[in-house]
Amino acid sequence: MKSIKHIGLVIFLLGLVIFTSTIFLGSFGMSEKELDDYISQKDYKSEIIKQELSIAIVGKELNIFEFSAAVRNAFETSNQYYDKLIAKYNAEKNWKKKGEQYQYKIFGNPHTLSYEIAKKSGNGLVKGNSGLFWLLTFGLGILGALLYILPNVILLGKPGIKNDHIYHKSATNRGLIAWLVLVYLVVFYLVLYFMPDYVVNWTYILDPISKSLNGGEASQWFVYGFLYCVIMLVMGVRMYIKYRHNKYQIVRTTSVLFFQIVFAFLIPEIMVSLGKPGYDFKNAFPLDYDFFFEWNLKSLTESGSIGIFILVWGTLLTLVIVPVMVYFFGKRWYCSWVCGCGGLAETLGDPYRQHSDKSLNAWKLERWLIHSVLLFSLIMTIVTLYCYFSGANSFLGINSQWIKDTYSFLIGAWFAGVIGTGFYPIFGNRVWCRFGCPLAAYLGLVQRFKSRFRITTNGGQCISCGNCSTYCEQGIDVRAYAQKGENIVRSSCVGCGICSAVCPRGVLKLENGPESGRINSKEILLGNDVDLMQLLNK
Amino acid sequence: MEHIVIIGNGISGVTTARHIRKNSNKRITIVSAETKYFFSRTALMYVYMGHMKFEHTQPYENWFWKKNNIELKEGLVKSVNTDTKTLLFDDNSDLKYDKLIIATGSKPNKFDWPGQELNGVTGLYHKQDLETLEKYAPDNKICKRAVIVGGGLIGIELAEMLRSRKIPVTFLVRETSFWNGVLPAQESEMINKHILKHHIDLRLSTNLKEIISDENGKVKSVIIEETGEEILCDVVGLTAGVSPNIDFLKNAKIKTNKGVLVNRFLETNITDVYAIGDCAEQQKAIDFRRPIEAVWYTGRMMGETVAQTICGSKREYKPGHWFNSAKFLDIEYQTYGWVFSERNKKDYEAYFQWKHKKENKCITISYHKDSHKFLGINTFGIRMRHEVFDKWLTAEESIEHVLKHLADANFDPEFYKLHEPEIIAKFNKEHNSAIKLQKRSWKRIFTKA
Repeated sequence: MKSIKHIGLVIFLLGLVIFTSTIFLGSFGMSEKELDDYISQKDYKSEIIKQELSIAIVGKELNIFEFSAAVRNAFETSNQYYDKLIAKYNAEKNWKKKGEQYQYKIFGNPHTLSYEIAKKSGNGLVKGNSGLFWLLTFGLGILGALLYILPNVILLGKPGIKNDHIYHKSATNRGLIAWLVLVYLVVFYLVLYFMPDYVVNWTYILDPISKSLNGGEASQWFVYGFLYCVIMLVMGVRMYIKYRHNKYQIVRTTSVLFFQIVFAFLIPEIMVSLGKPGYDFKNAFPLDYDFFFEWNLKSLTESGSIGIFILVWGTLLTLVIVPVMVYFFGKRWYCSWVCGCGGLAETLGDPYRQHSDKSLNAWKLERWLIHSVLLFSLIMTIVTLYCYFSGANSFLGINSQWIKDTYSFLIGAWFAGVIGTGFYPIFGNRVWCRFGCPLAAYLGLVQRFKSRFRITTNGGQCISCGNCSTYCEQGIDVRAYAQKGENIVRSSCVGCGICSAVCPRGVLKLENGPESGRINSKEILLGNDVDLMQLLNK
Repeated sequence: MEHIVIIGNGISGVTTARHIRKNSNKRITIVSAETKYFFSRTALMYVYMGHMKFEHTQPYENWFWKKNNIELKEGLVKSVNTDTKTLLFDDNSDLKYDKLIIATGSKPNKFDWPGQELNGVTGLYHKQDLETLEKYAPDNKICKRAVIVGGGLIGIELAEMLRSRKIPVTFLVRETSFWNGVLPAQESEMINKHILKHHIDLRLSTNLKEIISDENGKVKSVIIEETGEEILCDVVGLTAGVSPNIDFLKNAKIKTNKGVLVNRFLETNITDVYAIGDCAEQQKAIDFRRPIEAVWYTGRMMGETVAQTICGSKREYKPGHWFNSAKFLDIEYQTYGWVFSERNKKDYEAYFQWKHKKENKCITISYHKDSHKFLGINTFGIRMRHEVFDKWLTAEESIEHVLKHLADANFDPEFYKLHEPEIIAKFNKEHNSAIKLQKRSWKRIFTKA
């Protein structure tokens, strides 16, 4: 059994190495004709971009890094040429000429421009053998991971809590392995968000699957979505084995897998294949921060009845469905049963849940940060909507484009992605959900002030061992409440149920009950002299 | 300002300090020789097993004490002079008090076994015991076998710990079945089987004769009393219960028996000296409780009570209905009210028992055989609500009432399979009754007794 695990690990790492090194494979270049077609398709008006690109890539066989540099250089040269003209006409006060130059400028993130050309310019091993490379990367990765995970059915022994040696292992005790995983994840997200052209080979691997689902070629986002589902499935198997004695965990894991694969991945892909806007019906604003962006509103309003339905549904989801459900079930119905970010945290992130900071200072930071992000997202949306309806460029002195770009960059990419997932191995699996997610902040307010959900503390049974606090992914010091006999009612609780699972004395139970008596601050715990209890708990 | 000195920073001492602070601005000093900061010794096992780090066993952050103006003094109290109200420390420094609370807890029992002081012999109580284990039993190469002496709650925890590092364990239990002085046979036997399933070499009806030393003064083996068998081992765990840790009081005027003798107000024979927790001994036992209760929550409750007395509202220690909990490897156990084992069963006490066919789940309900009054429940593998049972015990409900409303008491996580219908069906069959299970009612759960 042990050796199967080791073989699995080797196969998994092999898959990971191949996956990573595919980036470096193949050659990139275009023929004159392909370039002509591309430029006319993109409708670039610049007169020199064609010449520059032609010098850079026509007939060349570059690796992706050389290719990217050459393409970005070509765009920059073109833009600089017109910038100079603009400066020149500006100096000459020739406003007409100056104004004409702007149409020649090419806007957009250089790496994204480069990605689009690269996607059409690739040749070689990966592009020509996507099936084979799927097997060598995803195939080996899945096979290896499963071989590593499945023997646990026997190796972990009888069903029950399986946390032995978590703090003895480098990977789960912030050792070297954990740091290496952090670096890998952070680099992965940086490349995915900011340098997608570097990983264009990955998209070739998934082109056939993408075509079969939505009819189009795979983008870097398709790669991310597919990878996300695969990782959740494989790590979901791990959850099923680890918590096989705990029905709540089994049902919850099934739920997050279902919503990720069907709602976040399949339905949007199928909608796209039907020529509709791809929409994740469970992704609620303000987590779905660009729902009210102009481009999305435009796309939805132009998509006929389905677009209008999405618009109404998305608005209702945030304003009605989400808070009502939180009232009845707590924010867990979303955060640890439905949400994609939560789904990844509860599967891939489960081995790291113990790293959340339980200190009072961390709690203070959490409240400041998460509510600031909520405020940020609301201000952004108000500005955006005002500008959408009024046609202005800014509102309250805030430029609409600027605030959207800033939010997308700081919160959407850095906080939710690079930090949110990248920091799993060191800072725990809910960094984003706890400190950053504006939807979690909103749900948390409802949960704290108007909800039937609580974690009930079972009278005086707590022995202050601290398992609950240690394994709370949201950094809640659960024990601080339990040892006082108080129920746990905290805005940040996502109801994952692990505190209850790891409790050796059966002290904690997640439940939805009457609102009265939900928050029960106590001086004296149950078990002591009844008169004394009543006297002091009044 | 009155100076309250508490010897011992376990759950009793720390609870006292917290509650005195809540109710007064008296000067408070907690003295400890074990660790500077309070930690939960119930969690030491999880540190060894790698579920937690030691810092996770500390319920309060280190700034807590200063912020709440509770002074922490590290030192070992050598003697107490109650005439001058002075503590003398082993470094010959001293400390004056106005009121003294003795909360020094327990130490593992040793029954004068030859070899009990050898290197590699340890209890499982103090933080230092964890260090001993890390030294002598870090893995199964250095510790090829461990022998545990004493089949109680700590013994089985130590066995679980050692097994987490794949160390072969021989478990010597004096009784004919695990903990059968406390547990009914049904449960005791289930635990026996579970212990064996965890590959622990369980030896029932077996006593330790002596521990043999190697040439370096370290454990080499143990000899079994009954058979004379020698078992080679590197570590011996002594877990045959605990007794009050009060050796430092032997020359003091404070009256002691096994523990520090106290009345229901937790006062000793000396004015302004109190004793609480594991080291306190009630002059007269309270209902069926033992005079010395080495239980986590009673320490906490005595702390809550004595703090009230010290802050001016004199309180009697009145523990309510008995309850407790434990975990035997993978099996959780809770008890509410009194269920005695067959060995100690009261003459009026009858059992109703149910056991799951495959899983490690069972319950024993004790009731009065004439009046059918509910007396207590042992529950294994099913979590039950403390408040509901406490209410039933206070209201002296019948076993029929308890069974009928058993769903109110269930505390298992959501989606767990509920066994109440099966349990009631069995009772109905045995008693020719027609109890119908009521649906869980929040209203009943929240109604006070």
